[in-house]
Amino acid sequence: MEIPYNVEVREDTGVYNSKLGIWLFLASEVMLFGGLFSAFILLRTGAPVWPPIGVNGSILPLLEHTIPHATFNTIVLIASSVTMVMAWVALKTKDLGKFKIYLGSTILCAIIFLVVKYFEYTHKIHEGFVPAHDTFMAIYFTITGLHGLHIIGGIIVLAYFFGPGIKMWDTEPERFTNRIEIVGLYWHFVDLVWIFLFPSLYLLN
Amino acid sequence: MSDSHHQESFWRKYIFSTDHKIIGIQYGITALLFMFLGFTLMMVMRWQLAFPDQAVPVIGGLIKWLAELNGFASDGNLPADLYNVFGAMHGTIMIFLGVVPLVVGAFGNYIVPLQIGAPDMAFPKLNMSSYWVYFIGGVIMFASFFLPGGAANSGWTSYPPLADIATTGQTYWLVGMVFLITSSLLGSVNIIVTIVQLRAEGLTWMRLPFFVWSQLVTSFLLLLAFPPLEAAGIFQLMDRVFGTSFFLPSGLVVGGEALNVSGGGSPLLWQHLFWFLAHPEVYVLILPGMGVVGEILANNTRKPLYGYKSLVYSAIFLGFMSFVVWAHHMFLTGMGQGMSVFFQTTTMIISVPSVIILSCFMLSLWGGSIRFNSPMLFALGWIPMFGIGGLTGLPLGLSTPDIHLHDTYYVIGHFHYVVAPGTIFAIFAGIYYWFPKMTGKKLDETLGKLHFYSSFIFMNGIFMPMFIQGMAGVSRRLADGGQAYAHAQDVLVYNEVMSWSAWLLAVAQIPFIINIFRTMMAEREASPDPNPWQATTIEWTDTTSPPLGHGNFEKAPVVHRGPYEYSVPEAKSDYSPQTQS
Repeated sequence: MEIPYNVEVREDTGVYNSKLGIWLFLASEVMLFGGLFSAFILLRTGAPVWPPIGVNGSILPLLEHTIPHATFNTIVLIASSVTMVMAWVALKTKDLGKFKIYLGSTILCAIIFLVVKYFEYTHKIHEGFVPAHDTFMAIYFTITGLHGLHIIGGIIVLAYFFGPGIKMWDTEPERFTNRIEIVGLYWHFVDLVWIFLFPSLYLLN
Repeated sequence: MSDSHHQESFWRKYIFSTDHKIIGIQYGITALLFMFLGFTLMMVMRWQLAFPDQAVPVIGGLIKWLAELNGFASDGNLPADLYNVFGAMHGTIMIFLGVVPLVVGAFGNYIVPLQIGAPDMAFPKLNMSSYWVYFIGGVIMFASFFLPGGAANSGWTSYPPLADIATTGQTYWLVGMVFLITSSLLGSVNIIVTIVQLRAEGLTWMRLPFFVWSQLVTSFLLLLAFPPLEAAGIFQLMDRVFGTSFFLPSGLVVGGEALNVSGGGSPLLWQHLFWFLAHPEVYVLILPGMGVVGEILANNTRKPLYGYKSLVYSAIFLGFMSFVVWAHHMFLTGMGQGMSVFFQTTTMIISVPSVIILSCFMLSLWGGSIRFNSPMLFALGWIPMFGIGGLTGLPLGLSTPDIHLHDTYYVIGHFHYVVAPGTIFAIFAGIYYWFPKMTGKKLDETLGKLHFYSSFIFMNGIFMPMFIQGMAGVSRRLADGGQAYAHAQDVLVYNEVMSWSAWLLAVAQIPFIINIFRTMMAEREASPDPNPWQATTIEWTDTTSPPLGHGNFEKAPVVHRGPYEYSVPEAKSDYSPQTQS
């Protein structure tokens, strides 16, 4: 017996296997970032001043300085989510050329995001605002760092479908389309996490 | 399958297999070995508690070697520092490397696809990787024993600030936990998708065997409760590696000197995140056990499980409630009365579904013509053991009596009744019950009964006196077993009783080990009876013993009836298989 519903939808549940799988995975991711966010809330409500003032003073002036960069990054990530959907739509309309363009732009956006983030990180560390400086810096580096790891993981998977993984289109186009839908769901989730991170870490201080 | 005649190499077939049955057995063997390790740690600790500071017999040389490797002085006795290591690692190994991989990894993997008529798990490659991620986590945990300062020594709960400033072993513990958590997440996604998507035709939700339901709820708990602990683990790792202060309050003084950190963190934050996992974890340990017991009770009473629907709804409700009771572990932290009242109320509510499940199991026995074989004995033994464990938990769940009982041996007795005789009796019951399915050979009944009766006596010998010691006020985690306590002197005599029981419990496992190896080595019959227990569920009626390699079934089973149609009036035999039309 072969494993059923790998590609086709099961009638009574309305999904194929990996689609349910990714939703469950995302549910656990919600709990992971939920845990991180609740820690953020608890530390923040417990602190007399937020962000706390450490040996190098407050991060606030530097943070306000980087708001434009973070805003730019927000736009870049939202754009990458749009191109991700377009890539999937292109596959649905059987246009592989378009798919490559859209998937390529998604990867490009993700890389731009990381480059901007890299300069943000090094600037902060250079000024002495390392994770150990105060609890705001600690939670800032932990959450954005984990989010960055999710972006890197996403880039690896997307690059695989852009490169060697694309061969599946010739043999099993439907299954390949499903795969793009699934990685797309993951990508939107990573985008969504940033939508929460941006205001809580940069704007609401 | 087109390539079914293709010969697989040994590595592909037994080591990096994607077949759920092989992976289940891999999980089972690895987890049993880890359980043996965890039990050995405990036997050494029980020596220290009964005969403090005397050289450990038999393996004294090994203890001396390990202690000196870790940098502790020892003459073959168990030094207090190493006692702390053993205590922390006993808990960690038993829960995360022993019981969970056994009940979810081994039983869940092997039995669930067969019981729902599926050819394999939904994602076989993911299944293989979750085993190997678990294996790596286990290796990291094991390796940490040989570090300077030893393995993690802050208890299995790893409370900061202590854990934040503990020796390197704690870092290994955290990294190991990240692997174990990842493995559980991958495994639980797989089990849920398998149950939802791969049920055979006609196998509607209310026709699922109770075991499958218990695995489904368990997987949801693992999926949603583990990530917050992963978050907490990352925070603690940041504290230890990058010097942050997530769990370190301002003004902390260690060894007379102010700690050079920014401060501003909260030790309570760890406890909240930790227990948010660790309370559902209790139900992760016990629910699959309930599932196993349910299967065996129905089969050996030859009548349907009493209140199947109540059982299912209770298990689901239990799952939901287990997410809102966590802070009953924290009544004494000073988190406030409002919090205590809320969590003691939810704790009383969660006892209701547990009682329903236990009552249904007992009512299932009523009027049945019970067969007392080895799996049934363990299942029957499970009922009072879990009952004692559950009932002794009520005083702990109420914040007032908890003031007296908190962190005493009473707590140890309570939760061991739930997870030691509770879970482990269910595991043994499951092994005796499904062994003929895995191998085509039945385990010996005489040795099985010897195993059961001796284990039953000595399990109680270990844990019953803990209630007495605990109520007398003996604290847990004391390396001398309370010798230094004036108020503990009257109950110290039980230390020896408990220790002898622990060692005799080890002796009681010898018939089991002999039984397994003797049966494994015995010649299999030409065509073994696929259904030696005359059971109704699909894994017995529609597969061979052991089931076919990849694919499990010759043709897809079609289900026509509920899981426990035993002794149906006017039926040909006293059991009507689910696939019988």
